[in-house]
Amino acid sequence: MIEIVSALGDGVWQALQPINLALAFIGVVVGLFVGAMPGLGSVNGVAILLPFTFVIQKYTGTATSPMIFLAAIYYGAMYGGAISSITLGIPGASTAVATTFDGRPLALKGKADQALVAAAVASFVGGTVANLLFTGFAPALASVALDFGNPEIFALMLLAFATFVGLGGDDIPKTIFSICIGLVLATVGFDIISGEPRLQFGDPLDLFPATAGLIDTTGFSHGIRFLVLAIGVYGIGEMMWTINSSRGKITMTETTITYDRIRLALIEYRKKAWKGTIIGSALGFFVGILPAAGATPGSLMSYGVAKMTSRNPENYGKGELDGVAAPEAANNSASTGAMLPMMTLGIPGSPTTAVLLAGMVIWGLQPGPRLFVDQPDFVWPLIGSFYVSNLIALLVNLAFIPIFLWMLRMPFTILAPLIFVLSVVGTFAAYQNLFDVWLMVLFGLGAFLLRILDYPLAPAVLAIVLGPIAEPKLRQSLLLSDGDPSIFFTRPIAGPITVIAIILILLPLFKIIWTKVKSTRAETPAQ
Amino acid sequence: MKLTRRIALGLVFASGMAASVAATTSPALAFEPTKPIDFVIMAGKGGGADKMARLMQAIVEEEKLASKPLVPTNKSGGSGAEALVHMKGAGDPDHTIMVTLNSFFTTPLRQPGLEVDIMKFAPVGRMAEDTFLLWVHKDSGITTFEQFLEKAKADGNKWVMGGTGKNSEDNIITDYLNNTYGLDIKYIPYKGGGAVAKDLAGQQITSSVNNPSEALGFYESGDVIPLVAFTDERLPMFKDVPTLKEKGGDFSYFMQRAVVGAPGMSDDAQKYYTGLFDKVFKSAKWQDYKSKKSLMGDFMAGGDLKSYWETQKARHETILKASGAIK
Repeated sequence: MIEIVSALGDGVWQALQPINLALAFIGVVVGLFVGAMPGLGSVNGVAILLPFTFVIQKYTGTATSPMIFLAAIYYGAMYGGAISSITLGIPGASTAVATTFDGRPLALKGKADQALVAAAVASFVGGTVANLLFTGFAPALASVALDFGNPEIFALMLLAFATFVGLGGDDIPKTIFSICIGLVLATVGFDIISGEPRLQFGDPLDLFPATAGLIDTTGFSHGIRFLVLAIGVYGIGEMMWTINSSRGKITMTETTITYDRIRLALIEYRKKAWKGTIIGSALGFFVGILPAAGATPGSLMSYGVAKMTSRNPENYGKGELDGVAAPEAANNSASTGAMLPMMTLGIPGSPTTAVLLAGMVIWGLQPGPRLFVDQPDFVWPLIGSFYVSNLIALLVNLAFIPIFLWMLRMPFTILAPLIFVLSVVGTFAAYQNLFDVWLMVLFGLGAFLLRILDYPLAPAVLAIVLGPIAEPKLRQSLLLSDGDPSIFFTRPIAGPITVIAIILILLPLFKIIWTKVKSTRAETPAQ
Repeated sequence: MKLTRRIALGLVFASGMAASVAATTSPALAFEPTKPIDFVIMAGKGGGADKMARLMQAIVEEEKLASKPLVPTNKSGGSGAEALVHMKGAGDPDHTIMVTLNSFFTTPLRQPGLEVDIMKFAPVGRMAEDTFLLWVHKDSGITTFEQFLEKAKADGNKWVMGGTGKNSEDNIITDYLNNTYGLDIKYIPYKGGGAVAKDLAGQQITSSVNNPSEALGFYESGDVIPLVAFTDERLPMFKDVPTLKEKGGDFSYFMQRAVVGAPGMSDDAQKYYTGLFDKVFKSAKWQDYKSKKSLMGDFMAGGDLKSYWETQKARHETILKASGAIK
């Protein structure tokens, strides 16, 4: 323990060197903006600036400084994603989708300042908890990640779905329907196991000769991208819903800009959002260290768990502060967690860490179990910078909050077209592909209709994130066991997780039966 | 969220300086890229092909070899099918290039429905031939190929080989082992070599045929050990590891690490890219990476590369027919 503390001390000292501090600061600010722009996320920021890190490496002579820079962008983006989720209702990045669930309703209620402060503080706490876990237990946690084989990861995904069955309010069939829509959309593209195309609608010529050349379905070959669905549902769909429910009468929240209000918001945060923060910090980190998952599933799962364990789950989706804190704590915590398999196992846990991994290889490092032993000069200053960047991100974010609130004072008649334009531009910027833009608009219309019919949409979003992770794991597991599903029950880690997941899925059923029994009992004496 | 061409925009701004410097110094050529180059990787992020592609991008960027940036895009779907379809339908073939694996040969053979003819692709340059080794976990108690055969035979289909994709390079080697030595190894396809390496280290699977670059981290930590190399001669990095040929097998297998241009690329553009990647190949960084990751093969382009493709295509057709993957 003593060695760790002194190594960390040295690391923080290195991270506080002027050049590293400046890089961390620039990285955080860049990340904040990239994260806040719909369509752009940390992965873009990191990838765009990767070639520049060679200049930094040449100048400083170490691989640490470029890594500090990129890691700071990663964290900054995790903070930034919450901003547009709360103020505009469009998720700034895929990691911030869960933040829109309650962040947006809070903004509509005039409590945007509370939501933004809660997001910032929860992010900081999540990041710090993850940093402490990372510092103390990185090698031990790496072996936990190794114990998670295919059946274990599938069991975990099942658990995530289970927590979301309760997400759609009390209407379980509608929730399951929504999950199924997401799962079907997630299967479009190519099958990973067999390599066969799925649901690509072939050549439209075969079906309708009249439409030949009008509809180009080749866009389906890369599958339905998560961001296309998310922007459609929460950008276009949400905008139409607001217009529909307010008939254009509402102006946005009147939020005054004083630091005094931020202080009040902090008090509110301490009262109402500590539980979500704890759940998000712990669960996010754990999901983050598992290769294959990353920050998006981590934040969605934390939201589900926070809601499930809440005393008033019916308030979720209507503006519960815990519903902002949980996913925000989780996405920061998970992004630190995702560094772990990248550095110690050489496999990225998220798209962003994949780019960081490539960076490490280019800077001449060999990620793997020996990295901590062979490259302490790289590892410890980097870990030190995690703490420093996290603090910088919190301060920068809190300082910018009044500006974000100022954006909110625009009347909705101005904001609505702005949201529309940002949704279209964001989707196009993401994939440079008009096909995806049309799909996005289509999803927005579909989401609006489903909302009128009172279908919950968050489960569909969850399914399109987790489906592509869960499906190959399910099939790889069944290949291992020759098709015998008992593999999910007999293994020491997968077994308990699967059982808990199944109980959770069946829980609403028990509840329904229980209320039926109670009501018949209540009616009987009356007759 | 994927790494996509949106990065293009950023790169244009980001490397504005570098680009303008390069543009003024490079001699006038018949072809110069006029916009960022779509650099497709037919595999997922973090695998061998991905790391290599990003290294190429870095070298181009660092040594200012091109006036426009390379913008990497991972298209891993369907053992490269997604990438091949993307290449076939490329709107601007002069600005679309791809880093290939052997799925470049196998996927069009297995999926004639894709209507991809690899001989129509532009042979820009072969950057290396990657090698394969047989790996087991150190706790398996196996240290020689003979012990492996004995144990795998005794375990029947409880012996599990993890590999990248169905009917891929790893699958072909597994099929060879099964057919030649009368084994019944079970093959489980994964998305990428990194995940396979991790699952072998975690003993979720019992063996792998990873490339050196994929297994290196766990090899250095001592978690996994190589038994044989599927090469013609011993690899300089693994001097103590015999080749399969020494063990009496008549089989060697390599993976093409090449850059190809989209079908319909103009001759001038092809010449430009061949020149570009020749420079990348000769760079100190690339040569260093090649020796560190146990890569083999010389630079090859144009007609030579095309005839290399012919041989490889024919060989893979034979292999896939023998294994029953195609008729």
